[in-house]
Amino acid sequence: MNVVVCVKQIPDPADPGSLDPSTKTLKRDGKLILDESDSYGVEMALQLVTNAGGGEVTLVSMAPNSETSGLRTALAMGAASATLVSDPALQGTDALGTAKVLAAVIKDANPDLVLAATESSDGYTGTVPEQLAELLGRPSVTFAKTIEIDGETVKVQRQTDGGYDDVECPLPAVVSVTAGVVEPRYPSFKGIMAAKSKPVEEKTVADLGLDASAIGWDGARQDIVDIAAAPEREAGEIIEDDGEGHAKIVEYLDSLKVL
Amino acid sequence: MTLSKIWVYAQADEGKVSTLTLELLTKARDLADTVEAVYAGTDADAVAAQLGEHGATTVHTTGDLGGALEGVPVASAIAAAVEAGNGPDAVLLGTSYDGRDVAGRLSVKLDVPVITNVVDLELDGDRLVGTEPIFGGTTNVKTKSTQDGVQIFLVRPKSFAAEPNGGGAATVAELSVPDTGATGAARVTNRYVEEASGPKLDEAAIVVAGGRGLGESEKYEMIEALAKLVKAAPGASRAIVDAGWVPYSYQIGQTGKVVKPTVYIAAGISGATQHMVGMKGSKNIIAINKDPEAPIFGIADLGIVGDVHKVLPKLIEALESR
Repeated sequence: MNVVVCVKQIPDPADPGSLDPSTKTLKRDGKLILDESDSYGVEMALQLVTNAGGGEVTLVSMAPNSETSGLRTALAMGAASATLVSDPALQGTDALGTAKVLAAVIKDANPDLVLAATESSDGYTGTVPEQLAELLGRPSVTFAKTIEIDGETVKVQRQTDGGYDDVECPLPAVVSVTAGVVEPRYPSFKGIMAAKSKPVEEKTVADLGLDASAIGWDGARQDIVDIAAAPEREAGEIIEDDGEGHAKIVEYLDSLKVL
Repeated sequence: MTLSKIWVYAQADEGKVSTLTLELLTKARDLADTVEAVYAGTDADAVAAQLGEHGATTVHTTGDLGGALEGVPVASAIAAAVEAGNGPDAVLLGTSYDGRDVAGRLSVKLDVPVITNVVDLELDGDRLVGTEPIFGGTTNVKTKSTQDGVQIFLVRPKSFAAEPNGGGAATVAELSVPDTGATGAARVTNRYVEEASGPKLDEAAIVVAGGRGLGESEKYEMIEALAKLVKAAPGASRAIVDAGWVPYSYQIGQTGKVVKPTVYIAAGISGATQHMVGMKGSKNIIAINKDPEAPIFGIADLGIVGDVHKVLPKLIEALESR
């Protein structure tokens, strides 16, 4: 059972992001971390491989620079190795271009299962897993809350508006994992030390044999015609609770005539 | 100038077309001469009236998909129509589970970009321009596709108001699904609905949401009690959904539901950008949080700086005694 997990390294969500006005891309000059949304896929992959009694979890990621700190976190959790597609030409790449890059890497690895988060925490387009599946010519199940392998079939509980669906899908397949559905393990000290020497293979766009016109701003084929501050919502009355805060709320609800 | 034809991906549950679909149809009427729906249910005849009433003149239906997830077959059917020269200028899909699947598959099949998280649409010649909020809604970006061919947009719920235009029932037309081979092999074998009492989260006039500030999972009962008293839907921040206190269907925010109720009561929610995206369109916002610096107070109409464990029980008691 070999599983590839797509992971994204993102700016720390605790720091407010900003756009570079000249390139209109997200500034990524600070340290990048493993997107928390991806830690669930890594954990699930590790559990599936353990349950299968053999195989490997490998990682694939993409970045305009050679950043690996987020990948090291996932390697410390237990992934065996990683491929990082790193190329300045990737700046401005959209979701479809990202899927093309990831697909080019994964095609060669030909794993039984590809896992991804349902969406990243910074860009949140939420279309990459499905685009990746289509490029790989594989079936897919998105928004998985549980994943179980039964022979050549993957069984998934897929999130729905009112609950969930049981979905069955033949392997090899692509599955996207909803955040919060497993408890990602904390890397142990031993894991952190081992991660330092695990292989991270860096590849360029040219290494993948991808046409440069498929990625970057050219590949995105989108124009950002305007960037503007959203109209601000004004703060209203903020009061310290002196034991009568609840009365203030009742009074406010009464004034709105909703009770 | 308007586009010649827009297709809206339509979804329905037990014969009732989703509000999100009706919102998209309503907006599409301003943008194109002809608005049509694409629908994968087995009951196209039953939903044709609702779709037509909101502006769709035709509903292209794939018929019975035999339990297949909709992404692959619907995208294949649309792509085949486009290749045959019968497709639209643009496809609008709601940001739903299946809507994202269809959009992702279709973008690869047609090799065109998808513009996602759209909250507004406007015309610029033969291009549609989508507005997308970023950084938790503090900045709006307007984007258009520069690629010839079909323009694909994933639109967030509640971006537009659904309004009927009095149109007659849409004509039902068959949309054939090409053989999808192995890619379309995922099948639903069972459906489970988590019973929720009271109004639906994305339709309720009042929403009471709880967050990490409640301290422990048992304290969510206060949110449910308050919600019941004011006939509200209970909701949650991602933090407590991730922690397993409440099901995912309670989640409000970027990854959960978008709500725009008359009153939103946030209890023990600090206001992470991921949460604010899903509720800042609420008409009136009441926030209770012990941290005076919590970002939620920046958008609250009434903010109570205090302990939810003290304020909520008193509030519940006061409302019960009325």
